[in-house]
Amino acid sequence: MNNENTRKIIMDNYLNPYNRLMPKGEGYVKANTRNESCIDNIDLYVKFDGDKLADITFMGDACAISISSTSIMIKNLIGKTKNEALEYILEFEKMIDGKEFNKELLKDACVYEEISKQGSRKVCASLPLKGIKKAILEFLE
Amino acid sequence: MNREDFPLLGDDIIYFDNSATSLKPKCVIDKIRDYYTNYPANAHRGDYDLSYKVDQEYEETRSLVKEFINAQELEEIIFTSGTTEALNMVVNGFFAPLLEANDEVLITTSEHASNVLPWFRLVKTNNIKVNYIPLDSNYYLTIDNLKKVITPNTKVISIAGITNVIGDIRPVKEICKIAHEHNIFVVLDGAQMVPHMKVDVEDLDVDFLVFSAHKMCGPTGVGVLYGKKELLEHLEPMILGGGMNESFDNPHEVYLKELPARLEAGTRNIAGVIGFGEAIRYLKEIGMDNIHKYELDLRKYLIDKLMPLKHIDIINIESDSGIVTFNVTDVFSQDVAYYLNKYNICVRAGNHCAKILKSSVGVNNTVRISLYFYNTYEEIDNLVELLSDYDKILKEMI
Repeated sequence: MNNENTRKIIMDNYLNPYNRLMPKGEGYVKANTRNESCIDNIDLYVKFDGDKLADITFMGDACAISISSTSIMIKNLIGKTKNEALEYILEFEKMIDGKEFNKELLKDACVYEEISKQGSRKVCASLPLKGIKKAILEFLE
Repeated sequence: MNREDFPLLGDDIIYFDNSATSLKPKCVIDKIRDYYTNYPANAHRGDYDLSYKVDQEYEETRSLVKEFINAQELEEIIFTSGTTEALNMVVNGFFAPLLEANDEVLITTSEHASNVLPWFRLVKTNNIKVNYIPLDSNYYLTIDNLKKVITPNTKVISIAGITNVIGDIRPVKEICKIAHEHNIFVVLDGAQMVPHMKVDVEDLDVDFLVFSAHKMCGPTGVGVLYGKKELLEHLEPMILGGGMNESFDNPHEVYLKELPARLEAGTRNIAGVIGFGEAIRYLKEIGMDNIHKYELDLRKYLIDKLMPLKHIDIINIESDSGIVTFNVTDVFSQDVAYYLNKYNICVRAGNHCAKILKSSVGVNNTVRISLYFYNTYEEIDNLVELLSDYDKILKEMI
């Protein structure tokens, strides 16, 4: 990764990830997400308030790309409605697939745009999105 | 050794993931191409020259395997799709009808998933117990620890000859001797052993041995189930169909073929088996003792170079195989693998399918280097140079 700013955002979120903690209080649903090569393994804890994602935390072991992507995703999704979150996930998937996407919506998550060129890292960046999508669809529909 | 035989090695690739699968020499690739090009008929079917040649080549591999592991009879060699299928055949075809409630199977926490999950199923279906032989401080299986957990109910010991994370060589001959004194069967997972050292089933006296072709210069999709003939005779075929039956008229009159055909239903991976034969010829030519000795020398060289690096934590300093497992301080194993991949070095990161080992070792994920005879001292120098620079790892791991 050549761009220093991109690298800095990823490393900051890897070394000091946002909300990497067990949830305090009740009402959280847990969604596990892991990749096929059985390494990255993250538990997401999501608290819904009606249609909104009121809080998200996570625990687990994973590589720098997965951890940082989880941290950035959590920052970007807290407070969003279910449909807003699904829209965010869709834009992220477009980016990872190398398609046109909404940069404004993804904010910091745009640091993974280059990832679309590294096949094996796509899965790492997408891991938390897969988990949160599962949680949203499972518990709100 | 013999690098010129491997087409991929001309491409500046350093391949250190040989426990996952090995590279294929040109002679094996050519042999498979020859089958598909010049005599692509089915086996055991036709009365014409092409099919006859297929039979000859296919059965020649059986003969080569028999000799390679020093089995007594050709009928003791069954071709499977790999180690996993072979283990499932042994557990489901031989032991499932035999084991009863409270019978005990001994494994260890460092076994591969394919030597754990089939037994776990028997816990549910047959109400057997799966117990663990404790590992010592080096994660080795010791005879003393084995003796401590054998009970009158122990019926099976099912272990890897060499484990795929720690790389320790188990004292198989002694284990078999003790097991047989107690009327216990021994199943040997040879996936990491047979490709790297001489394995003699008669000398070891194992009851079943399973291994895969693709980890020993052969093609994927081919493996071997060896069993003592008197035991294989009682192994129920899991797959029924063509090639394994003698005749049938109705559900009550089904006659099966003799071994080995009875356990090889359907059209087999003919090209794979024929290619596997060539792989065995190739390995024999190099010599299994030469391969084992060279790998140990390489391993010692690697360990000696890694030991002084303070940020490298080697999990298995002592081990008599080509497997070296380690972690880099505060760097996730997968990130180490991605870092090395930038320099065309292939290593494995993860738990290597030994998911219950973490309870013994205390770490979930590791980086694994697994060597084979075509690796070189220069390749290890390149690897160590990249691993020596901790700042570089941190900088380039994403």
